[in-house]
Amino acid sequence: MTSIITNNERPLSERPILETPFYPSYKHLIQNDNYEEWAGYTTLASFADVGQEYFSVRNTCGVYDLCPMIKYDICGIDAERYMNRLITRNVKKLLPKRVTYTVWCDDKGHIIEDGTVFRLSATEFRLCCADRQIDWLMDCAIGYDLVITEVTDAIVGLAVQGPVSCKILKKTGFDGVEKLKIFQLESFSLNGYEVMVSRTGFTGDLGYELWTNAINAADLWETLFKAGKPHGIRMIGSEALDMLRIEAGLIMVDVEFMSCFHTVKYDRNRTPFELGLDWVVDMNKGHFIGRRALVEARQKGLKNKLVGIDIDWNKRADGALIYNSENCERQIGEVTSALWSPILKQNIALAYLDAPYFEGNNDMWVEVYMHRECKWEREVYKCRVTEKPFYNPDRKKLTPPLDL
Amino acid sequence: MTRRFQNIIIGAGHNGLACAAYLSRAGQSVLVLEASDVIGGAARNRDLAPGVTVSPGAHLLHAMPADLMRELNLSEHDLSLAATDLNTVSLAVNGEAITFDGDTVTGSAVSDADKAAYVRFNKDMHRFTKALGPALEKLAPEIAIETWKQRLDLMGLGWSIRKLGRYHMREFLRIIGMNFYDLLDEYFENPQMKAAIAMDALWGGEWGARSMGSVLTYLYRMAGYARNGDVGIAQPKGGMGAVSAAIAKAAKAAGTDIRTGARVKQILVENDHAVGVELETGERIEADRVISNADPKQTFMKLVSPDHLDTGFVRQIKNLRARGKAGKLHLVLSSAPKFKGVDTVNLGSRMIIAPTMDEIELAFNPSKYKKYPTAPVLEIIMPSVNDESIASDGRHLLSAVVQYLPYDDTPDEEANRTAFLETVLDQLERYAPDIRKQIIEAELLTPRDIEREFGMTGGHWHHVELVFETFLFNRPIPALSRHTSPITDLYLCGAGCHPGGNVMGIAGRNAAQLILKGGK
Repeated sequence: MTSIITNNERPLSERPILETPFYPSYKHLIQNDNYEEWAGYTTLASFADVGQEYFSVRNTCGVYDLCPMIKYDICGIDAERYMNRLITRNVKKLLPKRVTYTVWCDDKGHIIEDGTVFRLSATEFRLCCADRQIDWLMDCAIGYDLVITEVTDAIVGLAVQGPVSCKILKKTGFDGVEKLKIFQLESFSLNGYEVMVSRTGFTGDLGYELWTNAINAADLWETLFKAGKPHGIRMIGSEALDMLRIEAGLIMVDVEFMSCFHTVKYDRNRTPFELGLDWVVDMNKGHFIGRRALVEARQKGLKNKLVGIDIDWNKRADGALIYNSENCERQIGEVTSALWSPILKQNIALAYLDAPYFEGNNDMWVEVYMHRECKWEREVYKCRVTEKPFYNPDRKKLTPPLDL
Repeated sequence: MTRRFQNIIIGAGHNGLACAAYLSRAGQSVLVLEASDVIGGAARNRDLAPGVTVSPGAHLLHAMPADLMRELNLSEHDLSLAATDLNTVSLAVNGEAITFDGDTVTGSAVSDADKAAYVRFNKDMHRFTKALGPALEKLAPEIAIETWKQRLDLMGLGWSIRKLGRYHMREFLRIIGMNFYDLLDEYFENPQMKAAIAMDALWGGEWGARSMGSVLTYLYRMAGYARNGDVGIAQPKGGMGAVSAAIAKAAKAAGTDIRTGARVKQILVENDHAVGVELETGERIEADRVISNADPKQTFMKLVSPDHLDTGFVRQIKNLRARGKAGKLHLVLSSAPKFKGVDTVNLGSRMIIAPTMDEIELAFNPSKYKKYPTAPVLEIIMPSVNDESIASDGRHLLSAVVQYLPYDDTPDEEANRTAFLETVLDQLERYAPDIRKQIIEAELLTPRDIEREFGMTGGHWHHVELVFETFLFNRPIPALSRHTSPITDLYLCGAGCHPGGNVMGIAGRNAAQLILKGGK
């Protein structure tokens, strides 16, 4: 028997767009009113200057408001079996107080969503993702004994990312936070309330995420920013975060892939293999949803695959098509996310390439359209398949982090 | 020492037994596990009173293929028919009963036009049944045209419809998705006659004469008559249990082992393969493959752990309709009852109480809302008239299918059953005024009781609703339409598969033949 608790007093469709519990705390920092909606909350695309926000994460410490992140607590004696069937990774190998990145698929092996799974204890999990999943989670629960609670509004989150993030957290009062290994979580007591800290993030840098009850939001923010002020702590918006995640080679729903629940055209569905996520799929752990279809997909081989590419010249290749020759005879792929990387001084992109080009190819050409002084111009640049993540500093994994 | 079997069949219903018989005859070792203490599933016997044998599930045999009965030598295994080709008599309160005997319909209220129309109607329906019939005996065609085999299967079905000729093919395609109510209005004028014919599309299901696709379910029933030789509607000697007993004997003679009182708790799955079963007692029995004669809902929602199944699949199984609407009434009578307008010769016929098609709909409506009808429709037989072994000491047994009953899981179930029994007896009394005085023993089985006694989900005869959308390659769902399942070496052989319910054994035979050909 499974019970579902969503805590929504009224349908989400009737709910006004909410401010996050941290909003009153950082409201005074907002300079350009660059808002965007995410899962029923207003969030900031940028607070002031995107470049400064980006560099705060790479050089000091940037903080991103994670409140709208959809969070489900999945608890009960069947929770491990349930999670192991739901996601593609092996949950039996996920120890308590560990976090893992994963995807989950439908029967056809097509990706529904990606997200992180926090194993809070032997029988308690928290699933974090960008879009609501309750129908699927409920249907997956048929035959299992557990309680699924949506804690999106109840639990607030802050991503604290950058080289001095550990130092700032220590100064905030999280003694021993430096011992946390990547993808590990621990509970701390701060000013009399509990804060869960996980060494996770979406920036490819050293970083942590702080989770606590919504009522503690104001105090947590104040305490953190007071401690971080001398170290260059700064709120960042989603535009800076997007730059950071591209450098880290991390994929994003509705950009690199569409949830198979939202696609209209069947060929837009993606298997984990097409996204290059073979490493999150444990084909030997026993059955999980979509496994039989994925066995078949693997036998058939890939038609295309998401890879990282490196482009000559310096213009961002957003949405560009990729060709097999300089005169653009045959299209062999397309760019999903592009960035001129400030830290690498490299023009990088995530792109789908047809077989066999994704195996590695140096002779590809990307067609970029540019608006120059009110005139559209077309340029063709050479590009090549390159390693992901594009940016992968040692400090991301180093434990304890350097005491800067 | 435990013997290892090649096949475990869950459920000793007639399909499970037929599947076992065919597998054993081909040299395979088979163990049939039956949860209850008797074999037969819904084709079984039990004592209603000392010396009175009732067939608590199905009470007539009308759809079993003649070739299946021949192949399994059922007559040599003690199956004989006490009566064949039963007439159908539609009872009337005023005594103006209508009798259907082959193409002939008689009754003082039946016009000459209706009599002629009945001949024409039967001719048309037989023609369409012939087009549909072969598809209802073979494996369901696959909805795929990747191989020549798949193409030919689909083309075969298309061709059997095409070869009806231009006029009849169009007529077939016009009516196949239609409701029976409208079609019968096109042929006949007598309301009672229409209602009696309509019920043959409606027994056992959650649908009325006005429901979409009821023409198809009528043809489905006609296809049963077409394939069973000249048996028509038959009453096996000794009750329906004799059918199952004969198939069981045929299976045992070929080497099948049958264990009763062995309730399966779960189907064991390893590495995506079914490897055996675990019984309620904790005993584990291994086999090369497991064949489930349990309905799809039980098989995949109870016997197989969801750990081995995809969510979309489970969702489809969960949403399958299995809400039986047929109840059974059993009366032990002190002497032969007297029905208005029915002479002693016709007392052994199949008697229908369904005055008009509108009254069928009115009986159906309350059941949609978990309520009982005030004027139920009935299919009554008097097995003891055709077969003296059914009831001793001059007593008689009345067995009736009663529609439409809800699946009553309310706390008032007991009281509702008692009250509804009175409703049914009131209805009977209108047609047989003295019947109450003759009752020695009365029993009413609701769909929930049927679920308890036979284990079929929702008490549904056909395991899964047998309607347009669950025919052929959609029965019960596309992924299960050819007896295989997503789990390797787990097969289905019951009425939930194509071609569906009624005591006919085709699903069991098809499953066995598929397995013998090597699975897929």
